[in-house]
Amino acid sequence: MRDLIRLAFQAVAGHKLRSLLSMLGIAIGIASVILLTSIGEGTRRYILGQFAQFGTNILSVVPGKAETVGLPGVLGGTTHKLTLDDALALQRLAGVEEIVANAYGTARVEANGRGRSVYVYGVTPNIPAAWRFRVRQGGFWPAGDPRRGTQLAVLGPKLKQELFGEENALGRFVRIGGSRFRVSGIMESKGQFIGIDIDDTAYIPVANALRLFNLPEITEIHVIYAHAGLADGVEREVRRVLTARHNGKEDFTVTTQKAMLDVFGNVMNVITLAVGAIAGISLLVGAIGILTMMWIAVGERTEEIGLVRAIGATRRQVQVLFLTEAAVLATLGGAFGVLGGMGLAALLRFAIPGLPIHTPMTFAVLAVAISTATGLLAGVLPARRAAALDPIEALRTE
Amino acid sequence: MIRLEKICRTYQLGGQPVHALVDVDEHVPAGEHVAIMGPSGSGKSTLLYTLGCLDRPDSGSYWLAGREVARLSDEELTDVRRHHIGFVFQSFHLVPRLTAAENVELPMVFAGLPRAERRERVEAALASVDLSDRLDHRPDQLSGGERQRVALARATVMQPRLLLADEPTGNLDTSSGRQILDLLDHLNDAGTTLVVVTHDPSVARRAGRVIVLVDGHVVRRLPGGEVMGAADLFAP
Ligand SMILES: Nc1ncnc2c1ncn2[C@@H]1O[C@H](COP(=O)(O)OP(=O)(O)OP(=O)(O)O)[C@@H](O)[C@H]1O
Ligand SMILES: [Mg+2]
Repeated sequence: MRDLIRLAFQAVAGHKLRSLLSMLGIAIGIASVILLTSIGEGTRRYILGQFAQFGTNILSVVPGKAETVGLPGVLGGTTHKLTLDDALALQRLAGVEEIVANAYGTARVEANGRGRSVYVYGVTPNIPAAWRFRVRQGGFWPAGDPRRGTQLAVLGPKLKQELFGEENALGRFVRIGGSRFRVSGIMESKGQFIGIDIDDTAYIPVANALRLFNLPEITEIHVIYAHAGLADGVEREVRRVLTARHNGKEDFTVTTQKAMLDVFGNVMNVITLAVGAIAGISLLVGAIGILTMMWIAVGERTEEIGLVRAIGATRRQVQVLFLTEAAVLATLGGAFGVLGGMGLAALLRFAIPGLPIHTPMTFAVLAVAISTATGLLAGVLPARRAAALDPIEALRTE
Repeated sequence: MIRLEKICRTYQLGGQPVHALVDVDEHVPAGEHVAIMGPSGSGKSTLLYTLGCLDRPDSGSYWLAGREVARLSDEELTDVRRHHIGFVFQSFHLVPRLTAAENVELPMVFAGLPRAERRERVEAALASVDLSDRLDHRPDQLSGGERQRVALARATVMQPRLLLADEPTGNLDTSSGRQILDLLDHLNDAGTTLVVVTHDPSVARRAGRVIVLVDGHVVRRLPGGEVMGAADLFAP
């Protein structure tokens, strides 16, 4: 077998340009598939990573009923406000570990003669535990009745840096939307979440935020439960309790992280399907290229086929010889394609630094293996033709 | 070694039957040196391919080393060719992209011989045709005589008992031709049965026996030493 592969390589190398051209179909196909899957896989990992930052055992309640996930309040009006009392009622449910009530808006934050417009989050002080955020310095205001506010604020590290530079900020005062807050803590850097810089923010008590932004109700309640097994039970209980509190109307939307990931998963499946279709078409095109090339090669090499039959090659060996040749062509094409695809992916990553791109090694190996299989399939007809040649006819061709 | 009885081979050419061999009876004992002569189209190559188990006769029977060839399967025929028969052709039929050594190695690759043994035998075979210094030359880097010697090394590397040559000197100048013929004589002296197709009386003269074919019929058999010119041989 090793000798047959060597013979096949020599045959492929014997017509360098022609071999390269016939590999081109498979190479381009594989390259594009590798590039697309790299972007797809990169995006998938990026999104999953983003969600994992906050933990996965989390569900969110927003006011308003929406038929589709992600569009709350568009289709139906709110009849009952989502209140802090609602949030407190959920706190008492079995399996619930933390409740975060939040209300947010943009406001100007001023201190030290400097100012900046940023997102200001009105939250409950348990977000370090609930959202897996870490406090670098100081801490949140003491937990207590969230309906009562206090004039304390926690700054994101970037906001702190912008306002105070290297100076100590703890205990200093900032103006947020015209109201004075004392800085009680500075957050650890967390980076971006789906493009929003969550280091460039300020956190204040939710009651203060409602007043500051003049909001009639809270924007969102996060319910954090102990483990994934509780997901369905907690979701059911949340609906039951809130519906009861809202006079039997489900005028709110519950979204579990699982549901969000499911939607995302469906999108990814469609993309995967599309990439699969492209792969299929390009492999078909590549296979036709190799079939054509091998068919011509058999015609050109009838003399050689007759000769090897005369010196003791069986029909099977002739067949294997041409099959191997087709497989070698396709494998080389596939390998070039993988290299090209990964090169393009690297180039893209270099050109657009934020773009999530990831090429899993298994994909690369799989792509080459599929190319080999395609080559074998494409080689079947030409190899059969070669094996079926009458050796004398083949030898008389001069 | 070889026994032919009433061998017939007819080709169909555009609906017309072409009788390439008609009722050929022949006996070639092991170790004999036979030449086949005859005008162009008389069936010489067809007879040689039949002897080489490449062509199957339409009727008649062919025994090779005691076995009737008609009964053998395609696989078995390949096996016979691989181990017992060597071919030399007028147009060499070397694989152009392989080196001399690789061309000689080819039959052993198909026979599945181990690599180390192949190397040894390639070197020995090329040394025996005086081409030890041309191992890595490709056919287009060799002269005609050298190419035919490579082909001869390839034909003998499996140490066949029967060597079949179709106009082995047809494409060579006199001195290269003589070199090839000397090598063939040498092999025959060492016991290899030799059948040579030729137009050339001087080639035929070296044979122990000459068979003359005309239109597929064996018209004469004579000792090699009695061959004079071609013209009188083919006259009916
Ligand atoms: N495949 C074929 N189809 C039809 N006719 C064929 C075929 N092969 C050979 N023949 C015919 O059979 C006859 C014998 O051919 P063969 O090649 O044996 O002759 P030859 O004696 O070797 O001739 P030359 O000296 O020219 O090589 C010729 O008439 C040839 O045309
Ligand atoms: Mg001939």
